[in-house]
Amino acid sequence: MIAVIDYGVGNLFSLESSLRAIGADITVTADPEVIKKADRIILPGVGAFEDAARKLRESGLDEVLKAEAGKGKPFLGICLGMQMLFEKSYEYGEHEGLGFIKGCVKPIADVIPPDYKIPHIGWNALIFKGAVNPLFKYINEGDCVYYVHSYYAADCDESVIAESEYGANLTGAVACGNVFGCQFHPEKSGDVGLRILKAFNEMEVQ
Amino acid sequence: MITKRIIPCLDVRDGRVVKGVNFEGLRDVSSPVDLAKFYSDCGADELVFYDITASSDGRKLFTEILCETARKVFIPLTVGGGINTVADFDRVLKCGADKVSVNSGAIKNPALIYDAAKLYGDQCVVLSVDVKRVGGEFRVFAKGGREDTGMEAISWIKRCVDNGAGEIVVNSIDTDGVKGGFDIEMLNAVCDMVSVPVIASGGAGKISDFIELFKKLPKVDAGLAASIFHFGEVQIKDLKNEMKKAGIPARI
Repeated sequence: MIAVIDYGVGNLFSLESSLRAIGADITVTADPEVIKKADRIILPGVGAFEDAARKLRESGLDEVLKAEAGKGKPFLGICLGMQMLFEKSYEYGEHEGLGFIKGCVKPIADVIPPDYKIPHIGWNALIFKGAVNPLFKYINEGDCVYYVHSYYAADCDESVIAESEYGANLTGAVACGNVFGCQFHPEKSGDVGLRILKAFNEMEVQ
Repeated sequence: MITKRIIPCLDVRDGRVVKGVNFEGLRDVSSPVDLAKFYSDCGADELVFYDITASSDGRKLFTEILCETARKVFIPLTVGGGINTVADFDRVLKCGADKVSVNSGAIKNPALIYDAAKLYGDQCVVLSVDVKRVGGEFRVFAKGGREDTGMEAISWIKRCVDNGAGEIVVNSIDTDGVKGGFDIEMLNAVCDMVSVPVIASGGAGKISDFIELFKKLPKVDAGLAASIFHFGEVQIKDLKNEMKKAGIPARI
């Protein structure tokens, strides 16, 4: 079973629907007992980093997630959920993340040319980095995925598995052991997105 | 490289697609769910559902059909029509809409954009604006293009962006339905003034109209159309292939 963490950040309708469409057994939950029983965990999120980090901390879910990820369970952060995997974010100040992956979250304005629009919104092609990650076993380099973001994961070279070009190469997806993250929205990326979720749903405890 | 988006727009009344469509292999041409799935399979990058229902019963049907679509179609969905309050945003977002477009609702209550952007984020709020030339200036029209508001369009758009509109759909009344191409002059004026994505609407009649749009105005992010897609005058697959041939980034 996949536990989709419901911590009051964004709308989970599409994510839930897309996981059901690939036949995954899922529970949308904030209950630590359910999360502990799950085989895989997805941390979604849309909105502001500070607010999301506070909600995880105040609910005590941050510790639950750290413990479960520490057991080697496949763990996927999506969009803001991916950004939460890093040590810290510089979105309106400086805020601590879960620290599963080395690196931090910075404004894309720091690295893209001034005539590029912010947020980076729309379909962009994936450029694979290093060996093809198991998360991408059902897709090809150059496939497009749907992004909506104004911040990106920086200083995380060793865990980047895909980038997309938007005036600069922005982190598209990361992996560090059993922990994965997608800056884009697989649940809004058509068939390509569903195939990424399917690959995640087939991952085993490491 | 970010691709240029192609967006079909579906007018829905009482849970059914209004404009008659005729596609081979499509079981029920007036089912928004089937049509959305069809377009998604053809390579549409996003879909707009426009609710032209007047009654509350019809609105309920629309919401149900939206939920059903969002359960089966996994590309971004924008909902417009009848969005007057933050509660309307909430209603459609809960059913799986990713973005909500406001038009008359923002004219009646300009604070709507600010309030919604604060709650759901700028990326969720789309300003849709119907624009027509009147006496040498671009004017905002309300009520589906029937009523001149007297407001100058570029400053109205700028004001809405400052209030938190994350994308702008510019519909030129002057070129709408003529099928002679997009309103390059009007779109250029908008692109010069705003830094958020601009979606061109009104005037597309053939593939080359889209090519001209993206070639002449690289700042335009997307092209939206309705009947030419519904009647099969332009197939999205062919359009994308022609865009690619012309060197315009497209998702294929």
